[in-house]
Amino acid sequence: MLGRSITRNSILLALFAACTTALIAGTQLLTKSDIAEQKRQAEEKALLQVVPRSRHDNSMLDDTIPVGPQDVRLGLREEKQIYVAREKGEVIAVIIPAIARDGYTGDIELIVGVNRDGTIAGVRALAQRETPGLGDKVDLKKSDWMLGFNGRSLTNPKLAGWAVKKDNGVFDEFTGATITPRAVVTAIRKVLQFAQANRNTLFGVSDTGDSPTGEAS
Amino acid sequence: MADVSYKDLSVNGLWKNNPAIVQLLGLCPLLAVTGSVVNAIGLGLATTMVLIISNTSVSLIRNLVSDAVRLPTFVMIIASAVTCIELLMQAFAYELFQILGIFLPLITTNCVILGRADGFAARNSIGPSFYDGLIMGLGFACVLAVLGGLRELSGTGALFANMDLLFGPAAANWKIVMYSDYQPFLLAILPPGAFIFTGLIIAVKNLIDDQIKNRQDASKAIPVKGAKRVRVTGAVS
Repeated sequence: MLGRSITRNSILLALFAACTTALIAGTQLLTKSDIAEQKRQAEEKALLQVVPRSRHDNSMLDDTIPVGPQDVRLGLREEKQIYVAREKGEVIAVIIPAIARDGYTGDIELIVGVNRDGTIAGVRALAQRETPGLGDKVDLKKSDWMLGFNGRSLTNPKLAGWAVKKDNGVFDEFTGATITPRAVVTAIRKVLQFAQANRNTLFGVSDTGDSPTGEAS
Repeated sequence: MADVSYKDLSVNGLWKNNPAIVQLLGLCPLLAVTGSVVNAIGLGLATTMVLIISNTSVSLIRNLVSDAVRLPTFVMIIASAVTCIELLMQAFAYELFQILGIFLPLITTNCVILGRADGFAARNSIGPSFYDGLIMGLGFACVLAVLGGLRELSGTGALFANMDLLFGPAAANWKIVMYSDYQPFLLAILPPGAFIFTGLIIAVKNLIDDQIKNRQDASKAIPVKGAKRVRVTGAVS
């Protein structure tokens, strides 16, 4: 009697497990391509904010240089991609991922666009958990502080100026938050130094004038 | 319980037995995502969808499952409904999906859903169960939206920012700036603000309930008073 009810219940549960799994599998199959497309678009959207479509003619998502945690200047924790923007085959800017590890609440994920002449094309925070209303001004939705980096380079200001005003630098800190902007400014400076050191690889300014990663796909 | 009135169900879900402010269920997402109206409505709608799906399917299979395996089956149904909704949201409202983050899968653990599945759908036919899911979900979503509105307004001085995440590009300019030079009020956006505003909403609801009750008592009191007077005069003479 007991055995029969156990058997019946087990079969019932197994049946339900199978049905619900099939349902989820079906939904996943149906939405798979849409989700992949959405992820791509979201990724590209951030890139296009830094280097708009009018400035380049390749697909940045398909033209990448892998970069990993081995270069400490970028602060990366895993393998990421540097995106290359080209016009008529020539690299006009690269978008470099970086992590400011010393934010107030953990990592601030950034992308920094660096033009061929070493100036900044744009900076965006992709992910941050800074205090809402104070440190989260690094998010362009909250404040246009990030736009203040546009056009800056390692010579503008000079290296000593790459700090917040409180540390005798040129960049504004936010009211009530110094740690966040300090982390971001430092991270951006390091990215610029990385770009300068790897200028040949990134911009293809070598003897052949060709990018080591090959043509855009 | 065969004859459930849809009117009673509506009053119950939206007011008298509101999942969020009377049953106080599902408070975790309630407190966590109501920083803005768009987040609140997003999670509210997702929860409503899950409630409808789980209530309907639980009601469908209510005579099939024995008591012993009742809860595991319900949980399985709820979990798969949540996963499907999550996938759909990822496909069609990706940015909102990113904002809601962990709170989407956590809908599974929202007690409102298992509560309605076990407490209502397991004993009622499909029609009322579907409707109960819808109304309970809406009741939850309404509280979320009101809370989101209050917090967004007091926290940032504006309302309906970023509504395009949910309603498409047409909604991008729905944002209403109430005070253009507003100093952000941090407390409202941070978790304590959620607790305070939830408390205020519950207080207001109780106040309204009290007033309704007083009015009913007052209208009942008149005939009692009259009857007393009649009896008193009768005793005197």
